[in-house]
Amino acid sequence: MRYWSLIFALAAAFSVGAFAYAPFSADWWLPNPAGEPRHVVSTFGREIDALFVIILWLTGAVFVGTHAALIWAQFRYADRVDADGKPARPAQYFHGSQRLEVVWTIIPAGILVFLALYQMDTWANIKFRSAAPRTPVLAELTGRQFQWMMKYPGPDGRLNTPDDLFTVNDLHFVKDRTALIHLKSADVIHSFFLPQMRIKQDAVPGMTIPVWFDCDRAGRYELACAELCGWGHYKMRGDVVVHETEREFQEWQAAKLAEQGRSQLATAPGDPGGDEK
Amino acid sequence: MSAEPTVAGVGGPIVAHPDQGEGEHAHPGATNLLTKYVFSTDHKVIGVQFLFSSLVFFAIGGALAMAIRWQLAWPWKPMPILAKWLWSAPALGGQMPPEFYNKLFTMHATIMIFFVVIPILTGAFGNFLIPLMIGARDMAFPKLNMFSYWIMWPGFVLVVWSFFVEGGSAEAGWTSYPPLSTQPRAAPGSLNGQTLWLLALLCAGISSLTGSINYITTIVMLRSPGMKMLRMPMTVWALFITALLQAFALPVLTSALLMQTLDRVAGTNFFSPVAGAVANAPAVVGGGAPLLFQHLFWFYSHPAVYVMILPGMGIASDVISTFSRKPLFGYKPMVVAMAAIAGLGFIVWGHHMFQSGMNPALGATFMLSTMMIALPSAIKVFNWIGTMWGGRIQYTSAMLNAMAFVSMFILGGLSGIFMAATPVDIHIHDTYFIVGHIHYVLFGGSTFAIFAGTYYWFPKIFGRMMNEKLGYVHFALSFLFLNGTFLFMHIVGWHGHMRRIPDPTVYEFLRAPGIVWMNQFMTICAFGLGLTQFLFAGNFFHSLFAGPIAGPNPWKANSLEWTTPSPPPHYNFNTLPQVYHPPYEFSVPGGEDDFLPQTRPLPPNITLDPVMA
Ligand code: HEM
Ligand SMILES: [Cu+2]
Ligand SMILES: [Cu+2]
Repeated sequence: MRYWSLIFALAAAFSVGAFAYAPFSADWWLPNPAGEPRHVVSTFGREIDALFVIILWLTGAVFVGTHAALIWAQFRYADRVDADGKPARPAQYFHGSQRLEVVWTIIPAGILVFLALYQMDTWANIKFRSAAPRTPVLAELTGRQFQWMMKYPGPDGRLNTPDDLFTVNDLHFVKDRTALIHLKSADVIHSFFLPQMRIKQDAVPGMTIPVWFDCDRAGRYELACAELCGWGHYKMRGDVVVHETEREFQEWQAAKLAEQGRSQLATAPGDPGGDEK
Repeated sequence: MSAEPTVAGVGGPIVAHPDQGEGEHAHPGATNLLTKYVFSTDHKVIGVQFLFSSLVFFAIGGALAMAIRWQLAWPWKPMPILAKWLWSAPALGGQMPPEFYNKLFTMHATIMIFFVVIPILTGAFGNFLIPLMIGARDMAFPKLNMFSYWIMWPGFVLVVWSFFVEGGSAEAGWTSYPPLSTQPRAAPGSLNGQTLWLLALLCAGISSLTGSINYITTIVMLRSPGMKMLRMPMTVWALFITALLQAFALPVLTSALLMQTLDRVAGTNFFSPVAGAVANAPAVVGGGAPLLFQHLFWFYSHPAVYVMILPGMGIASDVISTFSRKPLFGYKPMVVAMAAIAGLGFIVWGHHMFQSGMNPALGATFMLSTMMIALPSAIKVFNWIGTMWGGRIQYTSAMLNAMAFVSMFILGGLSGIFMAATPVDIHIHDTYFIVGHIHYVLFGGSTFAIFAGTYYWFPKIFGRMMNEKLGYVHFALSFLFLNGTFLFMHIVGWHGHMRRIPDPTVYEFLRAPGIVWMNQFMTICAFGLGLTQFLFAGNFFHSLFAGPIAGPNPWKANSLEWTTPSPPPHYNFNTLPQVYHPPYEFSVPGGEDDFLPQTRPLPPNITLDPVMA
């Protein structure tokens, strides 16, 4: 009967094994654009990943410790009978230990308070200490069933002027430059999710929420919707292009503007053809 | 048998209780089939009614889960058999429509939470056990009790019916955030299905609320002589605290549901800043706030997750102590820990809203309170291990499931810390990491507790034993498949796999071979897990009719329900039992047996530690 403890040991080993293998495989770890394990392309992303790893180590240690105790107790204290069917060893009679109770209250409390305080700093860096909300806005981004509509200030650098640039599901910004967007929703709640940059923020109707992020590697990334927003939620996908230089970004913008100028007569800006079912 | 005052050799001295007996709480025994088995006011019958109806819904909810998993592993591949008669429209080519997928997970979660776990843990176990364990003859309000069961039925019916109305069932997730849930044109299922969903939840809520009032009153008023609060079994403590949680939190959910209903049917705009903004309809100022609903919803639904786990903690405590043949380690700290979980449960709801647009300054406070709630949970885990330490562990099916509860709860609890950490939550919020966490807590936790409780009390409820061998196989397969199904959800989740999407391959980063492989592996394990439950159902129904006769106390346990015949007669106790000590006096030194029912005094040389016991 004591071998029932092995099934618990098996499950625990399976869990620890999977989590321990994960960092060595690009597919099993936090999403990264370069296909290399343990790589993230944004400043805050690096902080978040470091915290993630710390929590993984701490909880992993607690998991192993508690499971070792649990499995040992199951194995060591399994009921066994001697030759004449009597219990080989009676159970001990005790109701607990105040000292142990105090110890296993204080130690986890210490760990948890440490974790909470340790996180606060990053949270404050991301949400409060950043100068980003005061930088010029990169774009106004509106979630709508089921697309991301972006409005960039045109050459005059100001939003809501005739030279604004409109795109759909196409977010562009420049490497190593903090990008600030104003997030809105035109209908239901959506959520702006940049998995590779560890950014997520709900877009709520009636609110304009500033979101900022950066990226230190030029390339193409993905933008997802992370909040259930209807039947097309799963395909509310956008492209993110991070340009190597400011000039490259300007060139893209100029080309787009020219394109938009040609098509402006055909479709009104802001209504880039609904994706209704 | 039932004519005997107490079971021979088990009962102690008998003392009549002046408040009880044939007074106002008495009601006549049932006389005909209908009043005995259908419209019964007997708490035991009501408990069994809750058990049976919710087990049926368990099967439905499980079937929906299988369909979800099929789609995720092989997106848009026609499902064998089901595809033929569920969506036969030729245009679909046998593929599941995406909005149907949204209905699947919405209804899966709704059914599992509101029509399976809560009704079984509180409705079935609460009703059956509370009076028996505290030595009462019935609930304080038997008619209200009957009402609390029958009001579930409109809920049951509405849930099933909603699949067949125009537009189909609700599809805004079990969280039902407006405006998706309030704009009739936002989703096909927000036509009528959503309204039915709201009404169904209101029924379930009324059931829980009336039940809770009954449990609280019964526990406070009707304990038998000597049954001090600190002599109650942990299961009763857990159900008591759960009932308090429900009583305080449910009114908030009820008002949120009513407001949402009004938004839908009466043209109010509690939760919408603009009316009719969906699908290019002209926008009208509404003045409502979507975040208001989230605050109200989570103010209830966070405590509700403790409603789903606290009774399980109580059950695990009782089962582990009994089958370790050892007193529960730290009875009073265990009670305090549960009360702390419940109390803190009311100030952590904001951790569901870190990315919602709520003021980020609140994130810091909600993070701290959430971290603190992990503390009493940790205390409970250590005490369970302490209970087994030095014991004489008997591996029954009930014990295996209770130990699995502890093991799974550890993993589920630890993964919660990732979400409590606001910066990390930015990345993992609304991904499969959350779904993995939910299932370790709800399947590994609540459901294993339901299994443990069923194996443990089945002999008392039905008077027959379940088959232990089948129980072992059911346990072993469930345990392994469960880990196979839900462990990798954490990994695909932190890889960025969003929840509530029918097709991850739309995203390039989710097309990685590892992720595709894991999705398929999880689905295969999920089907294994689902099929394994037939063993449980088979065991249950076979034992119901053909299991060996159980006798009053097959496990040699101490609490009061084991001092009555199995199944207990109408009124439970002929004379109210006198109680001398908490129910965990196992292996008392010098005792002739290794158990000591609560109705027999402790030997004179034993005094209990006032702090720990
Ligand atoms: C074989 C067993 C089960 C499987 C395979 C399963 C599968 C799933 C899956 C895949 C989802 C995620 C849907 C999505 O977000 O895309 C889900 C959601 C959920 N499940 Fe289960 N489930 C099972 C059993 C249970 C049980 C026993 C419970 C509760 C007691 C439960 C409660 C929930 C809840 C609350 C959600 C959240 C849904 C949401 O957030 O929209 N599940 N399940
Ligand atoms: Cu969306
Ligand atoms: Cu979405």
